[in-house]
Order: sequence, then C-alpha cells, then structure tokens
Amino acid sequence: MNLWLLVQKILTHSAFAESFMPTQGTEIAKHVDNLYGFLLVASLISCVILIGGMLYFVVKYKRQSPNDKTAYITHDTRLEILWSVVPLIIFLIVFAWGWVIYHDMRSMPKDALEIHVNGKQWAWVSEYKNGVKSNEVVVPVGRDVRIILTADDVIHSFYVPSFRIKQDAVPGRYTDLWFRAEKMGDFHVFCTEFCGTSHSGMITKLRVVSQEDFDKWLTAESEVSTLPLAERGAKLFQTRACASCHNVDNPAAKVGPTMYKLFGLADHEMMDGSKVTADENYLRESILNSQAKIVKGFGPRSAMPAFQGQLSEVEVNALIEYIKGLK
Amino acid sequence: MGHAPEGSNYINVQKGLWSWLTTLDHKRIGILYFVTVMFFFLVGGIAALLLRGELFAANTTANVGQILANGDIYNQVLTYHGAIMVFMVIVPGIPAILGNFFLPLQIGAKDVAFPKLNLASWYCLMLGAALAIATMFTTRVDTGWTFYTPYSIRTGTAVSMMVVAAFIMGMSSILTGLNFIVTVHKLRAPGMTMYRMPLFVWSLYSTAIIQVLATPVLGITLLLLVMERAFGVGIFDPKLGGDPVLFQHFFWFYSHPAVYIMILPAMGIISELITTFSKKTIFGYTAIAYSSLGIAAVSFFVWGHHMFVSGQSEVAGIVFSFLTMLVGVPTAIKMFNWISTLYKGSVEFRTPMLYALGFLFLFAIGGVTGIMLAVTAVDVHFHDTYFVVAHFHYVMVGGTLMAIMGGFFYWFPKMFGKMYNESTARLSWVFIFIGFNVTFFPQFILGAMGMPRRYFDYIPAYEPLNRISTVGSWLIGIGFLFGLYTIINGLISGQKAPKNPWGSKTLEWEADSPPSVHNFDHEPVVTAGPYEYK
Repeated sequence: MNLWLLVQKILTHSAFAESFMPTQGTEIAKHVDNLYGFLLVASLISCVILIGGMLYFVVKYKRQSPNDKTAYITHDTRLEILWSVVPLIIFLIVFAWGWVIYHDMRSMPKDALEIHVNGKQWAWVSEYKNGVKSNEVVVPVGRDVRIILTADDVIHSFYVPSFRIKQDAVPGRYTDLWFRAEKMGDFHVFCTEFCGTSHSGMITKLRVVSQEDFDKWLTAESEVSTLPLAERGAKLFQTRACASCHNVDNPAAKVGPTMYKLFGLADHEMMDGSKVTADENYLRESILNSQAKIVKGFGPRSAMPAFQGQLSEVEVNALIEYIKGLK
Repeated sequence: MGHAPEGSNYINVQKGLWSWLTTLDHKRIGILYFVTVMFFFLVGGIAALLLRGELFAANTTANVGQILANGDIYNQVLTYHGAIMVFMVIVPGIPAILGNFFLPLQIGAKDVAFPKLNLASWYCLMLGAALAIATMFTTRVDTGWTFYTPYSIRTGTAVSMMVVAAFIMGMSSILTGLNFIVTVHKLRAPGMTMYRMPLFVWSLYSTAIIQVLATPVLGITLLLLVMERAFGVGIFDPKLGGDPVLFQHFFWFYSHPAVYIMILPAMGIISELITTFSKKTIFGYTAIAYSSLGIAAVSFFVWGHHMFVSGQSEVAGIVFSFLTMLVGVPTAIKMFNWISTLYKGSVEFRTPMLYALGFLFLFAIGGVTGIMLAVTAVDVHFHDTYFVVAHFHYVMVGGTLMAIMGGFFYWFPKMFGKMYNESTARLSWVFIFIGFNVTFFPQFILGAMGMPRRYFDYIPAYEPLNRISTVGSWLIGIGFLFGLYTIINGLISGQKAPKNPWGSKTLEWEADSPPSVHNFDHEPVVTAGPYEYK
C-alpha cells in the first residue's frame, strides 16, 4: 500500500503529472486519476511477473545441447485455478471501482447551469439560456454545469481532457455530460469523433471564470445586438465558426477561400471557369447556399453547410458588412 | 492420379502462372494468399509511414515540412491504412496463408474439405481488394475503416464502392471459415482425436466459428449502408428519422469478434513456436484449447465497450464493461500457460522463437492496457485518443503481426524446402521489435495527455512524443526491408531444408520439405498428442 501511495505521489506531482495526464480540473478527474494510478501499478506488477518470468525462464533454461532433457509437465490444476481466479478478482475490483466513478459521471446534478452545445463541421456553438451564442464555452468556477449536446451534421464528440470527460454529440438526439470546474483558466475542448476535413481543427476553449466575470460576460454578449453592424458581423464570424475555414487577414486559403480583400473583386473565378463579381448578392448567396457557386480549386462539392434558415436577415447583413471591411 | 515422380512436390509439379491461378491445392492457394497479402501489407505500410511522416511536426498553420497536402488527403490515407490492414492483411493473414497451408498438414489430411470453395475464397478476396484499391483512383474514401454514419452517408467520397469491396472480402472470410470447420470435423487422420490436434488447429477452429457467425452481420450492415446512400432508406440517417448509433452497434457486433479473428490464430502460432523451441510439451493444453473457444464465445457480447461515450445507457456501459473483464480471464490464462511452458525447457533463440517472445512481451502490454480501457470511468478519458491507438497496435501488430512473422520463419523451410538466413532474420526482428516500441509506447502517453486520434494536426504540447513515434516507424520500415531481403535471399540461395529442422512433434513435419502434392505418402496414423517431447 505504501508503495502505491509513493507511486501515486510521483504520478500526481505537478510537473511530472502534467506530462502524463492533463491538469485535474475537477474532483472527478482526481477520482479517475486515482483509479488510473492503481491500474498503472497493477499493470506494472503484472508485466513484471509476466515479462520478468519469461526472461528469467529463457535465460535459466537456455539450450545447452541439442539433446537437453526437458521436464514433461502437462498441467497443474491448483496453479491454473490460481491464475484464473486472481486476475478475475483484480478485474472485478477495477470494474466495480470504475462503475462507481462512471455512475457519478452519468448522474446529472439538479439545479445545474445548463448550456446547449451544438457540434457542427467544424466548430462548437454553445447557447445559453438568455440566447447568447458563443463558439467558446464559458462557465463559472465551482458550479455544477450540465452540457446538453447535439450535432447538426455528423457525430462529434465533446472532450475536455483536463476534466476527464467525453460525450458524443449525435445529430437527431440529445446527450449530456456534467462537470464542476474547480480551477479557473482556459482548457482545451477537442472533437474526438472523426468528422472530416477539419476534424483536428475542431478545437475550442473552455473558459472557467469567477461567477462575477461570468455574469459580466453573459451580459456583454447579450448586448451584441446593439453593436454596429460590422462589429456584430465580426462576432458572428467567430460564433458561427466561419473563422475555422476562412482567413480574414491574409490571402491564403484555409479549408475555404479567404475573405481578405474579397469584396468588390471583379474577376472572381469559379470552378466552371465563369467569373463573378464579389458583391453583396454573391456573398449573400454563398452564405445561404454555398453549393450555388463554388470557387475554383474548392470543388467538386462545397464543404460548407448551408445557412439558409439559420441566420436572420440582420445577421446576414452584419456578416456582409464585416466582410466588406476586410481590406 | 498416378504416383508422382521422385522429387516432385507441390511447387514443381506443374509450371506456369495458369497452373497457380487454377490450382485447387491448399498449399498453392496458401502461397497465392501469401503473395497477395504481402503486397497489400506493403501498400498499407506505406500509408502508415505517410501518416507518421505527416505527424512528425505540428504544422498545419506554418505549412512547414508537410507531407500530405491537407486534412482531406490525410483522412484518405488514414482510411486506406486502416481498411487495408484490417480487411486485407490481418483478417486473412494467418488463417488464409498459414492456416490454408498447415491446417490440413497438421491433422494429416490431403486437402481442405472443399478445395474449389477454397480457391473461390481467394478470388473473392482478390475481387474485393481490386475494388477497394480501385477506389483510390476515383474520389477515394475518407471515413476511416469504421464507416461511421452519418458521416459515411454524407461524404462525397467513394464509400459505396469501398463498402461493397469489404462485403466481398467478407464473403472470402466466411468461405474460409466454413471450409476449416468442416475440414476439422471430417478430415482428421485416423487417431487424430480432437484433443490430439495442435493448438494452432484449435485456434483456427475457434476463429472459423467467429468468421462464419459474425461476418454475415458485417455484410448486412454494409449493404444497409449502401442502400442508405443509394436510396435514402433512412435506417441510419437522422435526417430521415434513422439512428446513426444503430450503425455502431451493428458494426461492432462484427468488428469486436473480428478482433479475435485477428488474434486467436496468432495465439495458436505462439503455442507451436514455444513448444518447439523449448522442446517441451505445452502447459495446460485443454485450458488453452478451451480458452480459445471461450474467447470466441464471449467476444460476441462485448461490442458495447467501443461505445461507452456514444450515448448508450449507463446500464449498457456497465454490462459491457463487466463482460469485457470476463474476456480478459482466458487471455490471462493463455499468457501464464505459455510462460509456464518455458519452465524447465530447453530454450533455443531461433528467429521464430524471438518473435514468440516478442509477442509475449508486447501482448502483455497490449493486454493490461486493454483492461484499463475496459474500465468505464477510465475509458471515458481514453476513448478515441492515442491511448486506444497504442493499445490496439500493441495487440494487432505486437500480437498478430509478430506471430505472423514468427510463424512464417518457422514454417518457411516446410513451405519452400529451403532455410532462411538466421542472422539477417534476427536483424529484422531487432529493428521491428525496437522500432515497434519506439513508435507505439509514446502513443500511450500522448493518449493519457489527451491527444485525440485521427488528427491531421495537433497542439504543440504533443510534438516531442510524436517525433519519437515517427522515428520509430522508420525503424519498423527498415526491419521489414531486412525481413523481405531474408525471404528473397532464402528463396534464391537458401540451403536445402531437412524434413524437420526444428525437431518439432506436430504432423506437418513428417511431410517432405516442401510437401508433395498429396502431403503424405501414406495416410498417417496418429498415436500421440502434438507436443510429446519426452
């Protein structure tokens, strides 16, 4: 037992621990790490027995001559029962231990702050009760948070390594997970269900802030509708995840063509060789139905979802105003 | 058929490509599989090197030293690596190459029960493989080898064609399994009771049961996916009221047992190698034989452990976690039995034995990490990270591929009548074994740190370990080049092999090297078990 505590201490010692497991952002993360530490030690001992035994035997019983006499041992019932039952007991212990923690993970707390998070190729959009939308997830520290997940297009998976939690976001249904962040700071959110071209770019921040800052942020975000059109467009460009596929400050293409100096371009070349002028109507059409005109080099199908019915008139205007200003 | 002339064997009895393409001889069909699977392995291996090359640096934004142009191409290479290695290399690998060749020899039969079906199964694999490779010249496929819906319904790539290819290759697997079951039951030589069968035969038998029972489910699932894409029937597509998670249930109902299609025959080979090269009877013959059947049976009820975070209920997660623990027990039993077999043996470090010991080493690590992943709460963190990638490579490559290599060098003298060069073979083992650990051990740590799998790019914190991993992949590549050299060199200028170069006790070593067309001059009569080293 002492040995285990020592190993655990080493494993959880700040700098060393972070190179193996990410920061423990929640209480559950600590529980998972304890179990993982136990599994590591048990595995290490098993491997020492198995691999050590193997190495010991092959060295000790190395062939001396081709006529070596070997023992004729067919089986040993007691030994065989022993090495069936002992692993079974260990397996059942870790199974039960895992069950207890898993049950905690799956039992949604009452009165939690609920946030809807929607996965889409290739961004997360979180939506708060007061209508605020963001492509980051901002939560107050020390409070139960329940994330209600779904997806627009394909299956995504919401993964916060520092919280040791993960849940698939499935189109057509809701799934959920909960956590209570114990530390303030920024944590990575990864998509862990393969979702295509920019799967590895579908990363966002989970920002844990004080309750006070959280309230401030929520109020500020809800006042977006009073911002000037272009500034509002800039916000939308982030929250609707346009930015994950389109550059705005340099002429290089990402997944989609750049928006930089796009507006007003007179000879914008399309896949079929035709040329269009990048005016308000072109932008509007491309936002609402990206398949209509596909820029040369980005076919045969556009990877961009259609935003028809997803953006209000004002929001489309705001985006166009913003793109106009990218010079 | 008259008596074959003196010195005639299955290789020189007929000449010309046509005689090979129309052969009904299980040994020649085994060689056909060998040549083609080797080719697929080369293609899948090149894909692996490209993936690792791309992951050498975190570079999407900087565009420095990128090997693959963009995420789409990376996803395609990843899909071909997985699909080729699973459907075209590891699933057919041991049963179709070594099983075809040695199952009849080990039970004293002239051939498998249905020789024409046997050839048909090779043509099925070829047809499926040709289709699969042909997709590379169309819009390609980018779903990963798992074809998860609804991504596989929505993507504009050649999914339907690839899925039809996998369906046809599944047919090949079913036919081989059927053939083996009947062969084991009906064609054993006089005196070859079930309990005198070599453990390799037991493992092939268990594998065959899974192949016959599980593969049809994959076939149906893949056809449903094609119908979904072609006609929009709405079984899996949420837009039409379907359930995308249902696909995962169907898919893993096959693909989890399929994991044992890949590993059980490997375990069989290990039993042969360890007894031969320690000159000792196997410890716990019945325990090993029954644990193969046990694994085969329980493997049908653990598929949900791939889906702990898919949205399945908490109860389902717990039940599947529990059942997965049960699969761990027979696997542990086998490990202990093999290691006990070494006790008081006479251990000779020939290349096949090195591969067997390498198997034990890597499979121990693959096994304990498998238990970690079976623990629900821990799997929530590790699911779909590099920890899983490392785990299944330790089992599939560290386990199955090591066993294929060991088995191949072990039976090389029997298959071709020539000896391979021991020192270059050992050199290839050193590179593969070390390279393997350098490649995949860091991936456990990457997974624990939270790096998700199937990532074209990653955050800079993951870079150092990814670099080490990529260097390891080069070592593995070099190892296989040495292995290929050893094989070619052995075929061209190897010394003539005696009947039984290793002093094994199983029946195939009583046939000539290489065996005659009918395997044995007279029908063998078996009077003892397979490992009577007294």
